[in-house]
Amino acid sequence: MTRQRKAVALISGGLDSLLAAKVIQQQGIHVEGINFFTGFCVEGHTHAIRQKDRSRVKRNNALWVAEQLGIKLHIVDIVEEYKDIVLNPKHGYGANLNPCLDCKIFMVKKAHEWIAEHGFDFIITGEVVGQRPMSQRKDTMPVVARESGAEDRLVRPLSGRNLPATLPEREGWISRDQLYGFNGRSRKPQMALAEQFGLEDYAQPAGGCCFLTDAQYAVKLADLWQARGEKQYEMDDIMLLKVGRHLRPRPHFKVIISREEGEGNFLQGYRKQYVSLLTTSHAGPLALLDGSVDADDIALAARLVARFSQGKQAERVELTVTALDGSQQQLSVKPLTAEEIPQEWYI
Amino acid sequence: MSPVIVDARRLLCPMPVIRVQNRVKELPPGTRVEAICTDPGALSDIPAWCRINGHKLIETRTEGNEYIIVVEVGEES
Ligand code: SF4
Repeated sequence: MTRQRKAVALISGGLDSLLAAKVIQQQGIHVEGINFFTGFCVEGHTHAIRQKDRSRVKRNNALWVAEQLGIKLHIVDIVEEYKDIVLNPKHGYGANLNPCLDCKIFMVKKAHEWIAEHGFDFIITGEVVGQRPMSQRKDTMPVVARESGAEDRLVRPLSGRNLPATLPEREGWISRDQLYGFNGRSRKPQMALAEQFGLEDYAQPAGGCCFLTDAQYAVKLADLWQARGEKQYEMDDIMLLKVGRHLRPRPHFKVIISREEGEGNFLQGYRKQYVSLLTTSHAGPLALLDGSVDADDIALAARLVARFSQGKQAERVELTVTALDGSQQQLSVKPLTAEEIPQEWYI
Repeated sequence: MSPVIVDARRLLCPMPVIRVQNRVKELPPGTRVEAICTDPGALSDIPAWCRINGHKLIETRTEGNEYIIVVEVGEES
């Protein structure tokens, strides 16, 4: 009897990987999903933080896709290893700080290791020739196959007919005729195929699958590296970049100011790691100070935070400053005026 | 037998799911795992993860600002 062939599909939560897995599943292959958590994934986070988003039904799209396909999903935490990809991408960045080509190579490499450990035969991705400017070009797709080590065990069912035959095709595990020849940036063929499969309500993220493609986010990350004098980050840093207003009044410190209650609650969790400010005489935000600050810096930050409180027009606003050791001090300050906050402070 | 506790407080999705998944991998079928989370997303993500991977959802409850999800390890994980 021939052995049941098994493939692992890279599941991002978007439509393409869903379709790619489905196409192979329909050829009688046992498919399971793998999803990599880099720390920059768009999933959940900000929705979980902001109060106004809490009422919306929210779901993890990778889990949703796996459920649609009726496959298992293995979620792998690659936060630590992924740092090197973000900090030192051999193939450089895309339009923002997105190291898409290195990222794809890394994920396929991890999937390749995974199939070796778990006795699977090949890897599926939803890549389409010409779909994305960096990682999904006719000349870069072979780079992914080669540098990941997956070589001809990497199958892209949506563009398979435009690419050289892979091992599963040559061995007859799957039929090339039942792969697709999608090409270019258009999303129409994917949408038509989704309709054919009776799929609705799938996620269609604009831009990329992660925050690194977001221009504003990239500016904040670059600012962090510049302020610290080195390219480096921790999980807390990248989470905080998604929350609140970030202003840098002086090169050596920045102020993170919550915009609403949910963000305030979230920032509360960081009060042991950062000096924090909270207005007491008026309703206002919670703010964290990132950088080493002296009394003058705290006074300036307090005036800035007061500006974002209900007391912005008041003569004085009172605040509690909580130091890293938990000790507290009361301050009474005059809020900055709008003119006193230069646009350049906003990151 | 008291359940195995997974403390996923302050973690945002999908980290609570990952913590539960990694703990479940080491446990024999029938063991109960109780995840304590603060991200409400866990209330939908952990049950979805159970359905997909063949584990049993025993209960979900809210205690103040915390969400508790109890899972029973399935036969083949
Ligand atoms: S958008 Fe982000 S996750 Fe997607 S390939 Fe690019 S760097 Fe990787």
